[in-house]
Amino acid sequence: MGDVLVIAEYQGQRFPKTTMVALHAGLELAKKRGGNCLAVIAGDQLDGLAADLAKYGVSKVVVLEHPALKEYLADAYSCAISAVAKKLGAEYVLATATAIGKDLLPRIAARLEAPMASEIVAIGEDNTLIRPMYAGNALASIEMDGPFKVVTVRATAFDAAQPSGSSAAIEKVEAEIDAGAGRMQFVSFNQTKSDRPQLTEARIVVSGGRGLRSGENFKTVLEPLVDELGAAMGASRAAVDAGFVPNDLQVGQTGKVVAPELYVAVGISGAIQHLAGMKDSKTIVAINKDPDAPIFSVADYGLVADLFKAVPEMVEELKKVKHS
Amino acid sequence: MKILVPVKRVPDPATTIRVLPDGSGIATDNIKWVINPFDEIAIEEALRIKEKQGSGEVVLCSIGQQSWQEQLRTGLAMGADRAILVKSDGALDTLAIARILTSVASQEKPELVILGKQAIDDDSNQVGQMMAEMLGWPQATFASKIELSDGKCTVTREVDGGLETIAFPLPGVITTDLRLNEPRYASLPGIMKARKKELKEIAVDSMGIDLTPRLRIKTLTAPPKREAGRKLESPADLVQVLHSEAKVI
Ligand SMILES: Cc1cc2nc3c(=O)[nH]c(=O)nc-3n(C[C@H](O)[C@H](O)[C@H](O)COP(=O)(O)OP(=O)(O)OC[C@H]3O[C@@H](n4cnc5c(N)ncnc54)[C@H](O)[C@@H]3O)c2cc1C
Repeated sequence: MGDVLVIAEYQGQRFPKTTMVALHAGLELAKKRGGNCLAVIAGDQLDGLAADLAKYGVSKVVVLEHPALKEYLADAYSCAISAVAKKLGAEYVLATATAIGKDLLPRIAARLEAPMASEIVAIGEDNTLIRPMYAGNALASIEMDGPFKVVTVRATAFDAAQPSGSSAAIEKVEAEIDAGAGRMQFVSFNQTKSDRPQLTEARIVVSGGRGLRSGENFKTVLEPLVDELGAAMGASRAAVDAGFVPNDLQVGQTGKVVAPELYVAVGISGAIQHLAGMKDSKTIVAINKDPDAPIFSVADYGLVADLFKAVPEMVEELKKVKHS
Repeated sequence: MKILVPVKRVPDPATTIRVLPDGSGIATDNIKWVINPFDEIAIEEALRIKEKQGSGEVVLCSIGQQSWQEQLRTGLAMGADRAILVKSDGALDTLAIARILTSVASQEKPELVILGKQAIDDDSNQVGQMMAEMLGWPQATFASKIELSDGKCTVTREVDGGLETIAFPLPGVITTDLRLNEPRYASLPGIMKARKKELKEIAVDSMGIDLTPRLRIKTLTAPPKREAGRKLESPADLVQVLHSEAKVI
């Protein structure tokens, strides 16, 4: 009892920060529940990744290699990982709430007939887990029972695991995949091209809203600020819906949740659904021409101004600070 | 094609949510109840598929109390053909909801189940995926485009860092993302017609499903409030404080 199986997601030959967060949360949960933290990695040709994963304090790395696992697909992955959880008797199956985590973990929960807690932000001592509900307007303390429990963690709520100085054993396990599971087929991935940091990994995020008025203005007005700060770019739903920027830039209750050192909201009113995705940022700056915009109620520093004037000025001032 | 669309009743997204002082739930006086916005997108998509194919049936299903009829009627007024209300008063967890919907799907035998990616009250984002596993069907979550041809479904999905396209043979489960479509409003003739459409009620206890909650909410608390900071006079001042006071640049 108390063992935690962490699903280690990777991008190419690297683990994104979100995976390190899952490991950290998994280690903390295992410690509090008196079990071990194990990691599972699935795909094809994983030797390098598995060796790397073994360095982060887990007690074992389970490797699932199978041609059907080459591309991530929910049905095959759910089969293979659920089988590992059963075999190891892991009480918890855990991953970060990335697009894959959100897609896969409920499916594993159903297969294990287990309850599932989505996007937890803390682990309680008394067998409870804490998760936000109602766009972050309530924090629920929840309890689950049964032999298996499934959990996704919110990436911004936990630290990243660090190398432990030792290396765990690596075990290759035969992947069990139902004959019926291979029906989903990967067709293509159209990656949003960007040289900027990833939204969920960046130290600074600059987001634009409907106030920017066009995709062109995102380029000519907002992007110079984004790049001067070395930031990732985000957006409100209104800006995405209007087609100013790609969908995966949406920050909020139903988009990405971020908590960078610095979040700059430009021309964003601060609807509750937007706040749900950024209000845990360390420092928040808002630039808006409406002094009553709700975004100011969470901003550490506010500037009531026309963004088309203020943002270029800010870029100039930043250049001065940099060169002084 | 027959399409099943599960529908949840949630507080209007514009409502201010307040946690009750005793932590037992949220204050429900003054709440306007609506169809979960993502489910509205699911209904719209199902209607568009039916309209495009020129035939088919869109069946709605909710699990809740008598009052949930209102939202089902709204969905019927949008154009759905009939609705099922599985009546239940107790608190059900996502696993129980998925089991009930799976049972309904096994009876109804739709070729597609389309539902919202998440309900904006509990924000769980689980039921569609659970149903897909219970039914042993493929799934395509976070859909922003759906194409159907010759019994095959191709779905573009909103994932981290871009758009992914996957395909599967029917039947399958799809969950909707925001950019899939813009739901229509119910028209007046639609509302009139909806009154005569079938709304079947089933008692959840009659379904023989294990509903024992495996996940319980012990308490709700209001999150710590973030204090408003101060307003600055100029971009130059702003850059100064970020540099020397907040030390973030
Ligand atoms: C189911 C559901 C899910 C949602 N999920 C999300 C989500 O995940 N993320 C999200 O962001 N939203 C989400 N929303 C939408 C949310 O409710 C708001 O509609 C949205 O955040 C508003 O975006 P905005 O602030 O850019 O636009 P607006 O609210 O229109 O605000 C624009 C702001 O720009 C300011 N402005 C205009 N011109 C200028 C100028 N020249 N200079 C300075 N300021 C200017 C205005 O004063 C205003 O405050 C969701 C809504 C629903 C119903």
